[in-house]
Amino acid sequence: MKGLLLVAGKEIREGMRNRWVVAATLLLAALALTLAFLGAAPAGRVGAGALEVVVVSLSSLSIFLLPLIALLISHDAIVGEMERGTMLLLLSYPLSRWQVVLGKFLGHVAILGAATLIGYGAAAVALAMAGEAIDPESWRAFAGMIGSTVLLGAAFVALGTFVSAMVQARGTAAGIAVGLWLLSVLIWDMALLGLLVADQGQTIGSTTLDALLLLNPADAYRLFNLAGLPNVGQLSGMGGIAGGTGLTAPTLLAALAAWVLTPLLAAVAVFARREL
Amino acid sequence: MRADASSLVLDQVAKRYGRVEAVRGVSFTLPQGVLAALVGHNGAGKTTLMKMMLGLARPTGGQLRVLGHDPAAGMAEARRQIGWLPETVTFNGALTGREIIRFLARLKGEAPPAADGLLERVGLGAAASRAIGTYSKGMRQRLGLAQALLGEPRLLLLDEPTTGLDPEVRQEFWAILAEFATRGTTILLSSHALEELAGKVARVIILDRGRMVADGTIDELRRLARLPVRMRVTLPADAPRDWIPEGASMARQEDGRCVVDLSCAAEEKMAMLRRITAVSGATDLDLLPPTLDELYAHFLHDRAGAEARP
Repeated sequence: MKGLLLVAGKEIREGMRNRWVVAATLLLAALALTLAFLGAAPAGRVGAGALEVVVVSLSSLSIFLLPLIALLISHDAIVGEMERGTMLLLLSYPLSRWQVVLGKFLGHVAILGAATLIGYGAAAVALAMAGEAIDPESWRAFAGMIGSTVLLGAAFVALGTFVSAMVQARGTAAGIAVGLWLLSVLIWDMALLGLLVADQGQTIGSTTLDALLLLNPADAYRLFNLAGLPNVGQLSGMGGIAGGTGLTAPTLLAALAAWVLTPLLAAVAVFARREL
Repeated sequence: MRADASSLVLDQVAKRYGRVEAVRGVSFTLPQGVLAALVGHNGAGKTTLMKMMLGLARPTGGQLRVLGHDPAAGMAEARRQIGWLPETVTFNGALTGREIIRFLARLKGEAPPAADGLLERVGLGAAASRAIGTYSKGMRQRLGLAQALLGEPRLLLLDEPTTGLDPEVRQEFWAILAEFATRGTTILLSSHALEELAGKVARVIILDRGRMVADGTIDELRRLARLPVRMRVTLPADAPRDWIPEGASMARQEDGRCVVDLSCAAEEKMAMLRRITAVSGATDLDLLPPTLDELYAHFLHDRAGAEARP
């Protein structure tokens, strides 16, 4: 346990030293503040709460950005250290391999979580200080958005770590990470849409569609934030899907959690058997 | 733990990477507190042997015990008592020397102040708060040595430890090793420069292409090799020459003196010396025992000859 926390702490320290923490936090804060104030102007007229608008626009943005940041940080975690030669020294210390993998994962999630909390939190604080009326329901939706965003980030950190434990070279890891990102945030939805159009509702029922949506962590996150919350659902234009789906918020969160645990355990298993 | 227990026991250890046999049937035992050297060319199997001792690579044959444990069976407790300096030691350049050494110290359960003391010991006290990216190769090597010494190790494995060190740092390095050996730490270091080991290590194990070709003290190896002793005798211009054995080379100096290089078997050394002093009236004499490199070449040549025979 101690070794695990020491590795996580070192990872965070390195993240702060090479500006990952600062860059990610500033980027997320800048985008969140921009969206909060640009988005609030038109929304006021149609009667939606200012924070709901922020939840919708930020979660649409997070689907693209968080997986990208998470994969950028994590794809190098193991293969990078092996290539630089620092991994061998680390493993000659009283430290198990699973502690190295989990420690690095925890460190990266902490970096990502802090950046999300500070960056997005800044937008909410700014809105509240600007005198917008925000009801408790909106705060709950916002908190759910931040929590699920961290979970989404964790899922992609786990995927990146898994890729990093599998491959022999850093370049390969980077290539696979880019591919994973494209697949989950762009290609999956387009392919799904094409499939539905071609199928014309003949064979693919709502259960199959639900399963296909859960197979992509980004879609689970999208459904949770855009359709799962009552006030937000109408605003996002996702209400139609939300009505047809049998997926509840707990199911979606469980799917996201499974997307964190499965690649992480796979990464531990692969790295444990690797010949150095 | 008994005081006389062996720190390191290897029994017919072998390691194969695909079709490459990196280590073939190596057996030796190191008692506690000995300072020994693994000597061989690049690719002789020195690094692979050390990785197997650390449990970083699994042997494909044979048995090894490190501090009484089987390294392949994940021995976290034993690793706390082993220090390792890899052949090319690297650290994350963004962190400072002190940050790295304190992190590694905590992993070994050692208090940070002791780690700072080690940085001072290897002469990095002034550079401790600088990023490692700014360190020279020698400084990184010293930081590598400092981390190996963390936590009062009972076994030190040092892979090519003196590469990149200045001569004066080298002196200090050997002094530190001698101090640890006196306190009971078993030290195994690898080298391909045999010369610098003379007078410093108690035992030399010579490896060639994964096989062990010799094991013993430097004197024992010299006797085993039965290499001739070389002498250089300076004679005055008018000295008699009839005693000079065949095969000796002579060079006449400008002032008329003559320098004779000759060699004789080790057991004839004393007889030859008596003859020189009695007969020749030599003005100077240098005795050159076989160098370690000659010794090394002898053992490797021997191996090549043995393999050529059917």
